[in-house]
Amino acid sequence: MVIGERKPFEEITSMAEGNKKILVLGCGGCVTVCLTGGHDAVRVLSSQLRMARDKMGNPIEIIEKTVERQCDPEYVEEVHDIIPQVDAVLSMACGVGVQYMAERYMDTPVYPALNTTFVGGSKKEGYYVERCQTCGQCKLYYTGGICPIARCSKSLLNGPCGGSTKGKCEIDPQVDCAWQLIIDRLRSLNQMDRYEEIMTNNDWRTNRDGGPRTMVREDFQR
Amino acid sequence: MANKQGRWSTNDGQGGLSKMSSECKTESKLEKILRSGQFTVTGECGPPRGADPDVVRKKCRLLKDKADAFNITDNQTSVVRMSSISSSVIMMQEGLEPVMQMVCRDRNRIAMQSDILGAAALGVKNMLCLSGDHQKFGDHPQAKNVFDIDSIQLISMVRVMRDEGKFLGGEEIKGVPRLFIGAAKNPFADPFEIRVPRLAKKVAAGVEFIQTQCIFNLDKFSEWMKGVVDCGLHEKVFILGGVTPFKSFGMARYMANNVPGMDVPDEVLQRMKGTPKEHQAEEGITIAVETIKQLQAMPGIAGVHIMAIEWEEKVGEIAEKAGLLPRPSV
Repeated sequence: MVIGERKPFEEITSMAEGNKKILVLGCGGCVTVCLTGGHDAVRVLSSQLRMARDKMGNPIEIIEKTVERQCDPEYVEEVHDIIPQVDAVLSMACGVGVQYMAERYMDTPVYPALNTTFVGGSKKEGYYVERCQTCGQCKLYYTGGICPIARCSKSLLNGPCGGSTKGKCEIDPQVDCAWQLIIDRLRSLNQMDRYEEIMTNNDWRTNRDGGPRTMVREDFQR
Repeated sequence: MANKQGRWSTNDGQGGLSKMSSECKTESKLEKILRSGQFTVTGECGPPRGADPDVVRKKCRLLKDKADAFNITDNQTSVVRMSSISSSVIMMQEGLEPVMQMVCRDRNRIAMQSDILGAAALGVKNMLCLSGDHQKFGDHPQAKNVFDIDSIQLISMVRVMRDEGKFLGGEEIKGVPRLFIGAAKNPFADPFEIRVPRLAKKVAAGVEFIQTQCIFNLDKFSEWMKGVVDCGLHEKVFILGGVTPFKSFGMARYMANNVPGMDVPDEVLQRMKGTPKEHQAEEGITIAVETIKQLQAMPGIAGVHIMAIEWEEKVGEIAEKAGLLPRPSV
C-alpha cells in the first residue's frame, strides 16, 4: 500500500490560514489502513484545526467527509455538491488523491495534509516499512524475493557495499542491509549461484526517469 | 636499486603473480610496475575544500617519489571537495601519477562517461571505481543520490569503453580512454563469506587492480587472502593491501567505532592506548610498517596502498622504514 504520514500541524494550519470554510476529505484506501488519512484521522485533524482557529479568534468551518478512494474519478465525483460551499479542500489522501481532486475541481484550491512517504507494508500496527520503489522491472526473482533497489540505501544491484556491518546498513544501525538479507535468503534457498552472476546496468526508463508512467489494459479500452 | 626492489618481488612462484600478463594495456606507470612483478606502493591525496590549487601542490611535494601512484579521492565521505579530475591534473603538473577515484553516488552514466573521456584526454591513466559513501555522512545529507550504476557496472563500463571502444549505450567511441582500471575491496565488511565471491564479480567485470580497506586485523585479512589465492583470483587481479597509520589513540578509537566496515581489533587499540600520548604517532607508524612487512610475506599480495589521512608527510617515512624506497623508475 501507499504509506502517508501527516504533515506537521503548523504547516497544515498555515496552508489553510486564509480560508473560512474548508472540506477535510479523507480517503478509504491505503491511508486508512496505515491510520493517517481515513475517517478517524479526518475527525482528529478537523477538531484540532477548529480548536486552534478558535484560540486564534479566527474560527474555521469544516465539512468532514471520507470517500472510498480519492484515486478514482468515480469517488472523487461524490463531493461534487460540497465543493461550491467551501474555500478549499484539505485532502488527507496520498499525493495521487490530492491531484485527482485538483484535476477534477479546477477552481478550488486543494492542500495536501499528508506527506506521501513510500510503498510498503505494516510490520505491526502503526509501524510501516518500505518494500517497493516501483522501478517497473521487478528483479525479485534474482534476489531471493528481497528488493535491492528499494531496500539497499545505494540501490546497488551487485551489493553489498563495504559498509555492511553485522547485517546492518552503514547509514543507520536500525536499517537492515538488504544484501545481507538477500544472501541469507539465497543461501537458504540453495541459490547462491545467483549471487555470482553480475546484474547488468539497470534500464531506468521503466522507473520515473522515463517520464510519468501509464498502464493501459487494451481489452478495457472501448 | 633493482635488486632492492626485487627483494619484494612476488615473482618467485610463491605468490603466483607470475601468471599475470606482463603486457601493458595502458601508459600507466602503476600498471608497468605491477606487471613487472615489483612490490608496488600507492598513496593517497585528499583534495582541498576550496579552489586553491596550492593545497594540492603542497601535498604533492610531500608525496613525490614516495610511492608509484597516488589516489585522488572523489568527494570522500560525501563532503564537497575540489573535483578528482582537476586535482589529478594538478598532481600531474607536479610530476606525480594520479589514480582518479570515481564514485557512483553523484553522477549518472552520461556524466561518468563524459568525465572518463575528459580525464583520459587530460592525461589521467588510472582510475578507481567505487560505489561511494552514502551522502548521509557528508556535509550535504539533503542531496539526491544517483547510483545509476554500481561499482561493478562501472568497472565493466570503463573496460568496454577502453577495450571495445564502445559507450555503455553501444555507440562507437572515437578516441578510446586508455585507463588502468582499479577498484576497492573491504574484506572486513559483512557478510564475510561473500567477500571473495564479490571480488570474483569485480574481476569478472574487468578490474585490473584492487586496493583494500585499511588492514588492522591481519588474521582476518589473511583468512580472506587465503580464500582469494585458493580461487586463483590473485592471478587475475593485482591486490594492494591498504595500510593506514594511526596518529593517536583517539583516531584509532574513532576508526574502530565510527567508520562503517572498519575492523580494528582490541589488541591494536590497547597497544595505542598503552603508549604515552607523545609517542602514539610514532607507534602508529611502527604498526603500519609492521603491517606492510607482514603483507609483503603474504602470498598473492602485489603491493600496499598507504592511506595516511591528512598526514601525507608520513608516507615517505613509512615507505622508507618498510624498505620500499627508492621507488623504481620506469
